[in-house]
Amino acid sequence: MNKPLDKALLEPAAGEDRWQREYAAQIGADKSARNRSGIPVKPLYTPNDWNGDRYDADLGYPGQPPYTRGIYATMHRGRTWTQRQLIGLGTPADYNARLLGIIAQGATAVSLIPCNSVYRGYDMDEVPAELLGTCGVVLNTVPHMDACLADVDIGATSCAMNDPSPFTLLAFLLATAQRRGVAWNTISGTSNQSDYLSHYVANHMFFRIALPGARRILVDHIEFCNRHVPRWNPMSVVGQHMQQAGATPADAMAFTLASALQNADDCVARGMDPDQFLPRFTFFFDISLSFFEEVARFRAGRRIWARLARERYGAKDARSWRFKFHAQTSGVDLTRQQPLNNIARVTVQAMAGILGGLQSLHTDAYDEALSCPTEFGARIAVATQNILREEAHLTDVIDPLGGSYYVETLTDQMEAEILRTLQSVLDAGGMYEAVANGIVQRRIGESARRFQDEVETGAQTVVGVNAYRVDEDRSARPSQPKPDPQTMREHVAAFRAYKVGRSQQAVATALDTLARAANDPGENVFAQVVAAAQAGCTHGEICGTLRREMGFGHVQAIV
Amino acid sequence: MEIRPKVLVTKIGLDGHDRGSRVVAAYLRDAGMEVIYTPPWQEIPAVVKLATEEDVDVIGISSLATDHLIVPGLMDALRGAGLTDVAVVVGGIVPDEDEDALLAAGVARVFHPGTALEDIAAFIRDITPKIRAQRAAA
Repeated sequence: MNKPLDKALLEPAAGEDRWQREYAAQIGADKSARNRSGIPVKPLYTPNDWNGDRYDADLGYPGQPPYTRGIYATMHRGRTWTQRQLIGLGTPADYNARLLGIIAQGATAVSLIPCNSVYRGYDMDEVPAELLGTCGVVLNTVPHMDACLADVDIGATSCAMNDPSPFTLLAFLLATAQRRGVAWNTISGTSNQSDYLSHYVANHMFFRIALPGARRILVDHIEFCNRHVPRWNPMSVVGQHMQQAGATPADAMAFTLASALQNADDCVARGMDPDQFLPRFTFFFDISLSFFEEVARFRAGRRIWARLARERYGAKDARSWRFKFHAQTSGVDLTRQQPLNNIARVTVQAMAGILGGLQSLHTDAYDEALSCPTEFGARIAVATQNILREEAHLTDVIDPLGGSYYVETLTDQMEAEILRTLQSVLDAGGMYEAVANGIVQRRIGESARRFQDEVETGAQTVVGVNAYRVDEDRSARPSQPKPDPQTMREHVAAFRAYKVGRSQQAVATALDTLARAANDPGENVFAQVVAAAQAGCTHGEICGTLRREMGFGHVQAIV
Repeated sequence: MEIRPKVLVTKIGLDGHDRGSRVVAAYLRDAGMEVIYTPPWQEIPAVVKLATEEDVDVIGISSLATDHLIVPGLMDALRGAGLTDVAVVVGGIVPDEDEDALLAAGVARVFHPGTALEDIAAFIRDITPKIRAQRAAA
């Protein structure tokens, strides 16, 4: 009856001090942990780190500035993210068959990845035949675009196309719409990765026209779309390329924001109204495996953009303040070893993006480190999204990690780190100057090397690569899908016949008008790209004309 | 005397992803090798010319998006120019069946994703004296 109380209950020092003592006593040698952006990570976060007293100013509510908790009031509970799987292989007919299949499985929007020959600005008869259609669809003309989108209602389906300057694919789409009697003001979608700065820095394959020309054509394109294709997002500011090339998550966000400021400044210099063009700015990011860092980085990015749009540009329309982004799970984190493990990696990456509040998501196929993805791999990638949404119920609560001592502290720290890098770019004269001088490229090269060194020393575990290795034979790996050579030969032959059958007069006139527009700052180059597409010009002819008039896009060799 | 390998790190074809070629080039340079680095999209004749003029021991081709499919064409061009005493290695995403074809075409080695940089350096250090001996004998 009079048994004394347990001593532990009477111990007065319950609390953080006691935890600290016990942790230190039990942990042995505590390893210092830092995230990929270099921010130290503590073993525990408490109200001493973040206590919510700035809740209204720093977080607020979904759909309200500064949008830390999401850009829409309903977020994924109202409208789930767009499932935008990147696909592209072979001929337009091959692409169309695969597109219709993926739509039947739940994809809600079109995405189109052209062949590398298209990225480089060439027609199919200008490049080695072995490379045609191995990584994307080979399309060079308006009829090709029409075939790609057969049986797709383009007035009711959002189309996103990887379409660098001078945006020939959008020109082909607009010409297709006109042929089908679909009004341009019903066309919606995005010129994916229209941001030439990221191409110059990292995704060199997309860089077709020298910097000054690329800069001008982008503003022409934004101006044209704002006026004639109002539901189209002409500006996709890209951080994904830079992070894939080795930028840390914080640096990638900073460089992306710096690019957005550069492009917005250029639009303002053209006399455009921020509330006209900013609502059509979108962003595109990579999602690495660093789960909490990615969630915090996206939340911080939203907060910074809302402030910049309001304070720097005086934007009054809330749509201008919203940081809309598409994200893709990072292929760099995937391994060739034990490839099925990549499904687990993609799942974690996708969760980080979803909980980070994305608007559109591409999940990588598990076989991306082996080859261009197989149809089987792409199906699992789509299923992963369906499972996260409908089985795991990740969409039930908006910003469910908000209020976590750790996530809020990290969001603040990532914000500070992003702003530091952003300021250094602005100090270097802005993103255009910084990339022209190689400053951004060098910094990315350094962090790429640092990460590789960590993998080499084992400081960063990569399962199956530097730890937990198993012997496996090639049966673990699927074989690479390749386009049928005979079909591709017929595609090239039909293309040559198309060129012969056109009105040569109309083509010559359109290319001549395009060349003159390139040399006349009073003209809109993109308007003439659209006119050239309508006149039957090919992708290679349009790109070739602009390359000749404005200079070929060469990148710097920086090691 | 220690042999200092001379390596050309380059990309042919259409792809421009150069994180791999840059990281490898920087590592080999820091490991004491003489490295000649080019931007992507080199034409095959340009690679042959550069390899000849610079008298390199090893040509490293980085391929992330199927450009390895034209490496057999590079091998033919090297042979056509009489450049048989140079080792060609390919790094990047190369499916197994294509690796077989590359090795059959005379490629010395294919390095897949996840390869330790030191393994690449060790291979080059190992093969360079053999290349030099072959060249001296010719």
